[in-house]
Amino acid sequence: MARTLDQKLAILSDAAKYDASCASSGGAKRDSRDGKGIGSVTGSGICHAYAPDGRCISLLKILMTNFCIYDCAYCVNRVSSNVERARFSPEEVVHLTLEFYRRNYIEGLFLSSGIIKSPDDTMADMVRIARMLREEHGFRGYIHLKTIPDADQRLIEEAGRYADRLSINVELPTDAAVKDFAPEKSPDRIRRAMADVRVLKEASKDKTASGKRPPKFAPAGQSTQMIVGADGANDATILKTSTRLYSSYNLKRVYYSAFSPIPDSSAILPLVKPPLIREHRLYQADWLMRFYGFEAGEITAGRGDGNLDLEVDPKLAWALGNRHLFPVEVNRAGKEVLLRVPGFGTKTVTRLLAIRRHRTVRYEDLMRMGANLKHARPFISLPGWSPRALTDSLDLRARFAPPPEQMSLF
Amino acid sequence: MRSVDIPKIGSFEAWRDAARALLVARVPPEEVTWSHGEAGADLFADNAPLPQGEGAVTVPKDFLPLARLAVWHRDPERFARLYTLLWRVQTEKRLMGDRGDPLVARLNAMAKEVGRDKHKMTAFVRFRELGDPGAARRQFAAWFEPTHFIAEPTAPFFAKRFGDMEWSIFTPDLTVHFDGDLRFEPGVVKPPFPEDATEELWRTYFRNIFNPARLMPKAMQSEMPKKYWKNMPEAALIPELIATAPARARAMAEAMPTIAPARAAKVGASLREAQALRAAGQDALETALAGCRRCPLWENATQPVPGEGPLDAPLMFVGEQPGDQEDLMGRPFVGPAGRLFDDTLNEVGIDRDKAYVTNAVKHFKFVPRGKRRLHQNPNRDEIEHCKWWLGIERERVQPDLIVAMGGTALESLTGSRKNLLKRRGQVEACDDGTPLFVTVHPSFLLRIPDRVRQNEERARFREDLARVRAMVG
Repeated sequence: MARTLDQKLAILSDAAKYDASCASSGGAKRDSRDGKGIGSVTGSGICHAYAPDGRCISLLKILMTNFCIYDCAYCVNRVSSNVERARFSPEEVVHLTLEFYRRNYIEGLFLSSGIIKSPDDTMADMVRIARMLREEHGFRGYIHLKTIPDADQRLIEEAGRYADRLSINVELPTDAAVKDFAPEKSPDRIRRAMADVRVLKEASKDKTASGKRPPKFAPAGQSTQMIVGADGANDATILKTSTRLYSSYNLKRVYYSAFSPIPDSSAILPLVKPPLIREHRLYQADWLMRFYGFEAGEITAGRGDGNLDLEVDPKLAWALGNRHLFPVEVNRAGKEVLLRVPGFGTKTVTRLLAIRRHRTVRYEDLMRMGANLKHARPFISLPGWSPRALTDSLDLRARFAPPPEQMSLF
Repeated sequence: MRSVDIPKIGSFEAWRDAARALLVARVPPEEVTWSHGEAGADLFADNAPLPQGEGAVTVPKDFLPLARLAVWHRDPERFARLYTLLWRVQTEKRLMGDRGDPLVARLNAMAKEVGRDKHKMTAFVRFRELGDPGAARRQFAAWFEPTHFIAEPTAPFFAKRFGDMEWSIFTPDLTVHFDGDLRFEPGVVKPPFPEDATEELWRTYFRNIFNPARLMPKAMQSEMPKKYWKNMPEAALIPELIATAPARARAMAEAMPTIAPARAAKVGASLREAQALRAAGQDALETALAGCRRCPLWENATQPVPGEGPLDAPLMFVGEQPGDQEDLMGRPFVGPAGRLFDDTLNEVGIDRDKAYVTNAVKHFKFVPRGKRRLHQNPNRDEIEHCKWWLGIERERVQPDLIVAMGGTALESLTGSRKNLLKRRGQVEACDDGTPLFVTVHPSFLLRIPDRVRQNEERARFREDLARVRAMVG
């Protein structure tokens, strides 16, 4: 029996929910003020709703189909699973995107798909949907296409002309884990596909001989996702992989997705509560690497097992482990040093440096500047505050770590 | 005392004009009272028209962006606070940058609240279709209850986004209409709208995109406060989704793995067959090289970069290792050093397509630095391990002459890189007797900062390659 649009939407959004990325930021700015199309991209994405899992709903995140010929153990849509299957027609995806968009439910479309027939066939259908939206319907909202690594480079090139962002999932932190859990996927092909996207994007920035600018290619860049907690990789390994990916392929973001039990799970994977705190700590560590000048090695050095401290955030954990560098003289320390003070964000540091140019910063100023003083206090000294022995007190960690608590499984 | 009433439509411009006039007239902040859309002004006010002096008012560049936001705040003191700040920045030049100052801090906090409210309006307005979906200009309307007076400054966002629609947003303070142009009218009480079937699809999406194993209602509520829920069609589902989540997650965890459907084995078999066919079509050397784990350099690289060129080439060039671009494209000498190499080949008349071009080490060695990769020289071990692959390439091509470019190539081919600059330009012999011409690596030329010296070295490199050309005829 043919399924209704509502039934397909239920199946194909359920199938897409394990992908963490939903960002709609960084696209090329454009709008429809000329009245000839629909949609705009402002540069910073908008979360139009939040689900009770706390995740932002910014894009219509769906699979074109959840039929799949691959057998990736961590994936609910693998060929050996017994989930219900469905397939949207390209027209249905276009219809849902536009109708949701017109009601201001979404910023655009995030389209992914199971592999049907072949990687090229699947990618060609996805590109067709993006082309229909852009060319037939004048859609100027955001499009994110999940790229299939094995697809022909010409299809990826075409995808990049219509999409704001392309992404290719590395899936798991190590090549060995990919081979174990996703036997049909090739880690080599995934790396090469990300390299192709970077090369195509850089080529689109070069002017041609005639001085004309080539068409834009994925203006919001590329991103990737890693599943955390399905294999045995520790956080040091994960962050080392992220460092490699950021430097090699100019990624906008690496998403970490706590492995979550799925309906009809494979027998070889852990059926435990998703490690959400670990996932959160990885995002914090990722942030420290990208905006605070930290390196992967120093963030994960503290515990000896290569994992992040789950009880306190990685910046605080680093400061607690390197107390000989504190307290910091707020009025004298350099920018790099201030960025390493727990409780000081990049904005606080910028503001501090601005004030310092014409007067001395006092403790009272910090309170009005957005610093988290509960975290910062033991690590700073300035007029109006001295930590005295607090910096080196033995119970300092206990002041921040949550009291031991009976963790309930569900 | 002077009193100034700011109208509800066009508040920012009205405040700016009034504040400018007051400042030119040197009226101090404590002598002004401000109201918002109330014609009944202070009875004791001295409302003689302000002198129309054309005095130039200058403000620091970050004052106007702050005023443009804070002016829409619901705080009844907003106009007065802004005027006080405007008054003070005339003499306190650095005031705007001082987040420690209570007035600056307060107005910045107000601006931030307005900014957040505007952002939430762009996010949480929900349109319903009013007219015929087949119309050339479709009609939509929404009811929204913002915290601050933000409908006017947020309206351009909707005008830019929904340019081909006709729409209205009704709020208690102001109504916005758009039909190609924006119009503002006074606020209304919530009007009735017809049902819209698309809302049911949206609720289906909201229900299914939620992962019950990751229940975090607090995170949801901090970003989507309850005050907005009543005008969002999906929000009605939230209590039920939260209530049933633990049981759904438990059911997933407890469910036994099922037996794979019969078609799974068949699909898997044909997929493996297709992949095997594709692998069979590949060059055996490339396939073997792709699996190389002789040293750890593969871990960070994208791919090994094999040599390129005809297998009967009389001439073989050996460089150091792939660089950033070579690693991405899987081809030797395609980055900046490769371009210099190509140019020089052209100048001396060597056809690169007729030579075999390769590297001593096949994977790119680098250290990651933020968004860049810094090249590192391969060490003795890595060169030694990779010699195996260079050996196979030499075996296959059997060139009449090999050109070693740089120390790494020289070390790989002769066992020593010592005295490279003394040996350059000479012809040595490889272990199997193949003549080996020694020269520098083109990237060495790129690293010379001094222009004159660089040109000299380029000329010498060109001379070297010209000799190579003469040797192979």
